[in-house]
Amino acid sequence: MLSVEGLAVARGGIAVLEGVTFRLAAGRALILRGPNGVGKTTLLRTIAGLQPALEGSVSVPAEAMAYAAHADGLKAALTVEENLRFWAAIHGTREVEQALAGMDLLALRDRRAANLSAGQKRRLGLARLLVTGRAVWLLDEPTVSLDAASVALFAGVVRGHLAGGGAVLAATHIDLGLAEAEVLDLSPFRAKAPAAGGRRGDFDEAFA
Amino acid sequence: MWALLTRDLRLAMRAGGGFGLGLAFFLLVAVLVPLGVGPEGGMLGRIAPGILWVGALLACLLSLDRIFALDFEDGSLDLLATSPMPLEAVVAVKAFAHWLVTGLPLTVAAPVLAVLLNLPVEGYGWLVLSLLLGTPALSVIGAFGAALVVGVKRGGLLLSLLVLPLYVPTLIFGAEAVKRGAAGQAVDVPLLLLAAITLGAGAMLPFAAAAAIRVNLR
Amino acid sequence: MSIWEYANPKKFMQTSAGVLPFVWGLAAACLGVGLVWGFFLTPDDFRQGSTVKIIYLHVPAAMMAINAWVMMLVTSLIWLVRRHHVSALAAKAAAPVGLTFTVIALVTGAFWGQPMWGTWWAWDPRLTSFLILTLFYLGYIALWQAVENPDTAADLTAVLCLVGSVFALLSRYAVLFWNQGLHQGASLSLDKEENVADVFWFPLLVCIAGFVLLFVALVLMRTRTEIRARRMAALLARERLA
Repeated sequence: MLSVEGLAVARGGIAVLEGVTFRLAAGRALILRGPNGVGKTTLLRTIAGLQPALEGSVSVPAEAMAYAAHADGLKAALTVEENLRFWAAIHGTREVEQALAGMDLLALRDRRAANLSAGQKRRLGLARLLVTGRAVWLLDEPTVSLDAASVALFAGVVRGHLAGGGAVLAATHIDLGLAEAEVLDLSPFRAKAPAAGGRRGDFDEAFA
Repeated sequence: MWALLTRDLRLAMRAGGGFGLGLAFFLLVAVLVPLGVGPEGGMLGRIAPGILWVGALLACLLSLDRIFALDFEDGSLDLLATSPMPLEAVVAVKAFAHWLVTGLPLTVAAPVLAVLLNLPVEGYGWLVLSLLLGTPALSVIGAFGAALVVGVKRGGLLLSLLVLPLYVPTLIFGAEAVKRGAAGQAVDVPLLLLAAITLGAGAMLPFAAAAAIRVNLR
Repeated sequence: MSIWEYANPKKFMQTSAGVLPFVWGLAAACLGVGLVWGFFLTPDDFRQGSTVKIIYLHVPAAMMAINAWVMMLVTSLIWLVRRHHVSALAAKAAAPVGLTFTVIALVTGAFWGQPMWGTWWAWDPRLTSFLILTLFYLGYIALWQAVENPDTAADLTAVLCLVGSVFALLSRYAVLFWNQGLHQGASLSLDKEENVADVFWFPLLVCIAGFVLLFVALVLMRTRTEIRARRMAALLARERLA
């Protein structure tokens, strides 16, 4: 479903990861691990198409990916339901009710996002994934500020998504409680300095 | 597209600020200029077209940085960029929403302020028409400027520096149309040129702005 | 051997290091000869007196003010299409030079206008257009300085340069529409030499050549500085990473 081939990504003009290769089949989850600053967020943003890859390729069916970043893209002045309806309308889907129920937000539906706790905001941000109707979820630290019960709730949502033929690629330090998920450690893919055999060519020769 | 438009309008209403501030600023300009240049009616009438157009332009400038900056900060822009909606359409819709909450109210309020500035009677119709034709260009050009500086912290001043030179043709043709209208001369040429700028900017700049946003999101 | 080889920073540094002294020398020679010839060896104008001699600074500076922007437009396009970093850095390097020429044209114009029109400044279409051009240069330079990531800055300024060019052209016609003005017509054009008599025309040509060479020398030098600064930033960033 998602296939990444020899991907090299850069942050601030400097290569951080290179040669990243993996495949993600429908119904599978892959957890990205690695120390802070190794380039997990950069890798996810590159796969999501928000920034260009230095080299390598990402192949995925058109409009199949839903990206969830650190920031949830919530509008404080809108209610929970309005926030979710907006994203559903943008993606042309109608599953707002199921999403509210899935992330246990039914009781909060008329509350303004400004008055939500950090954990509740996060749940709303994750509920957005359900209304995108997209198959491949790219999650960047999805469980930040969630309590144990909410993490379990989210794990259940992810299982449901996988069972429905979806796929999940998540960067996280926290155990999601997904025993079936594979783990990819990014440390071995750290980009080497050009002198040590980098291959960015002429540009680096002159500029570094 | 409709969803994005209604969301932006709803946010503008609920957040207060944006909606009324531009109008209040416009009013202030119309009050302060006579205090500065003196109460002599003939002179005020002569400079009224220019003052009103400059006032509208500056009032429009006030809220430009909110077009994309808020969505950039809370992550919405990332999510919109990965949504099925093309970024060019996002820019066009958001510029249109900006016009609805600033340009349109300014156009409606302008005749009232024209009274304060003693604009000759013949000029009123042309004032409203020129603002109606010209303020959409201000919003689109402004959206382009806002897209350029969306990644810059405290980019407000920079935004003015980038956008105001781009406003020059719109200002000249807009004010010229009112001036000629007030003097009873033919106004078709400046009005047509004004409309041409609005149409051209509306057709081309969303592409440039979307390109700038993509660069800023990387 | 293609011209794009010079887009390689290394090749550019080697070649420009060799060429630069000659460009400087030629620029100095042309400016020296042209200005001395123009200032001291041409007759006074029967109407404008010796004031007319400011033409040897004013006209070349004004030409280069516009040509610098055109050069930035071309290099910006090259950057956007072919992603050659040297091209983007050359555009960055040219902007302050172009701004300086614009200011020189405005200031010498004021010194010429004062005795001729009796005023330092008039809202004449040409003068106004140059003032607006100054604003475009300022915005362009400010955007380069405001954006931290060099590639992002290069992309954004290139887009601004493209859009700005269209609007600068529009402004030019808008300003003509707005006021007809008192500036004299173009002082020279290739087909109508009658505007300026031959005695003034030849030293003027030499001065123009001098200004072009001066521009090339300054831009080459500044581009080299930008490349070095860029290289240093990359080295420092790599050191922090390691």
